[in-house]
Amino acid sequence: MALDTHLIGRVWKFGDDINTDLMYPSTVYGLPEAEQARQCFAANRPGWVDEVREGDVIVGGRNYGTGSSRPAARSLRQLGIRCLLAETINGLFLRNAVNFGLPALAVPGVAAAFDEGDLAEIDLAAGRVRNPRTGQELQGTPLPPMLREIIAAGGLVPLLRQRGYVE
Amino acid sequence: MAGMTIAEKILARAAGQERVRPGEIVVCEVDVAVQLDMGFLGERPALRQVWDPSRVVVVADHLAPAADPASAEAHVRMRAFAEQFGLQHVYDVGRQGISHQLVAELGMALPGTVLANSDSHTCAAGAFNCVARGLGAPEMLYVLATGRTWYLCGPTTRFVLSGELPPRVLPRDVVHYIAGAYGDFAGQNLEYVGPTVAAMSMAGRQTIATMSAELSVEFALFEADATTDAYLRARTDAPYTPVFADPDAEYAAVHHVDVSALEPQVALPGRVPHNVAPVSAVAGTRIHQAFVGSCANGRLEDLAMAAEIVKGRKVHPNVRFLVTPSSQQQLKEAVRLGIVETLLEADAVVTNSTCGACFGGHMGVLGPNEVCLTASTRNFQGRMGHPSAQIYLGSPATVAASAIAGCIADPRDLL
Repeated sequence: MALDTHLIGRVWKFGDDINTDLMYPSTVYGLPEAEQARQCFAANRPGWVDEVREGDVIVGGRNYGTGSSRPAARSLRQLGIRCLLAETINGLFLRNAVNFGLPALAVPGVAAAFDEGDLAEIDLAAGRVRNPRTGQELQGTPLPPMLREIIAAGGLVPLLRQRGYVE
Repeated sequence: MAGMTIAEKILARAAGQERVRPGEIVVCEVDVAVQLDMGFLGERPALRQVWDPSRVVVVADHLAPAADPASAEAHVRMRAFAEQFGLQHVYDVGRQGISHQLVAELGMALPGTVLANSDSHTCAAGAFNCVARGLGAPEMLYVLATGRTWYLCGPTTRFVLSGELPPRVLPRDVVHYIAGAYGDFAGQNLEYVGPTVAAMSMAGRQTIATMSAELSVEFALFEADATTDAYLRARTDAPYTPVFADPDAEYAAVHHVDVSALEPQVALPGRVPHNVAPVSAVAGTRIHQAFVGSCANGRLEDLAMAAEIVKGRKVHPNVRFLVTPSSQQQLKEAVRLGIVETLLEADAVVTNSTCGACFGGHMGVLGPNEVCLTASTRNFQGRMGHPSAQIYLGSPATVAASAIAGCIADPRDLL
């Protein structure tokens, strides 16, 4: 499966320090995955799960995904989020994002460059993003080919299955 | 060419490269892999192989003992997994401890090595000069199957700590202060060095390394010195080679912090970076629950500090003071030394070792609008129970003093 390295999506804006527990509250452990995703951002942005659409993009501020190892990125992907852009990204969250098939780019200046509702044009291979409304282009940290390969497979578990490490 | 920082050097060795620079992605051989009970909650893909059973440690910590049917099933699957692959290092209920404390006690977090675990506080092992960080559950499947994982090397910031900590001001207050003053270090490694560190116990270093996760660090590293050697030699014969930064290593920043005038520091509800205040700013805030425990502060030193403060006193009638040692070993020592008796005499509750109240799963869940002052790791909204509960973070001394007072209190006032 080839990774579509060019994405365009509608932007949802979030602030700094968006933590894993906001995306995946402790109460959802043990629920079916689709139900887990329904509780995403219930504490800080209730109702958002009903508005988000397949192909949408999240733009966050500093320290996105701070917190726990819980599968928060899986919930975002379940809801249709196709890319995460943020000023800086917590490393554990970045790894989980990759492993659950969600591209994530750290892009300095991204929070100021997009309003909610804008489209974001994203080149994952180059790590570049563009706001077609303003014409502004930003350079982020591209994901290395090794990590793009994991995302292209749909996440780490599908890749492990392909390679015979898991059933 | 510039030298390397501690993280760069350890990553280079583990990746079989001469050098590693920030910005590079490397694939490293893992020395120890930790599999938690949490990884067996819900569906889990079935592994076909484990690369080296002798390097795998299985730990019941988040759900120990099982508090509900889902946890009990997880434990049954965990045991079946260990048996299927002939895993010998299994720390089930009765031999349990929080994984980050256990690998320390077992001498399995060694200087210059790489340790893998899903949990976000895995950077705790950095106290032992060990490259370790949380990897999440899917990555652990890959590690268990192949014995390898990738790391994106980030730049390193070095903290040089000097000065003597004042009475009742603890390493926990130091890391709170750093978080409050400097904010997060997402994508970066931290090194902690200097005379204050040299004089600090392993327990204090473990506290700082553990809490560095709340600053979103990649690795939080200490040097291995005589204190490290004394701790490890009492527990293992395994050989190791300490790794020091090169004198000409390149740092993103070097910060000098003098701790000699530090006040106890409290993290306010919601997050830790840029959200810390001196205890005097929040003293008087009424609390309902006080907690000493977790991988951050559940060690003998922390339990002893709590006991010292509550001895001869009683927990305020409006407060539950829960104490959860971070391992069976810590609990046994605390019993032997009379610490548990002192705590119980003061009307504190002493539980078995587990993660417990820290993540709101069991053993002290918070109710609506309750306020908790805790020495555990995290204060995100909803973390320890009801979403309306407010969580403040403090050192074991601050927590114990506050349990007595019924509100957030300065432990130095009880000297």
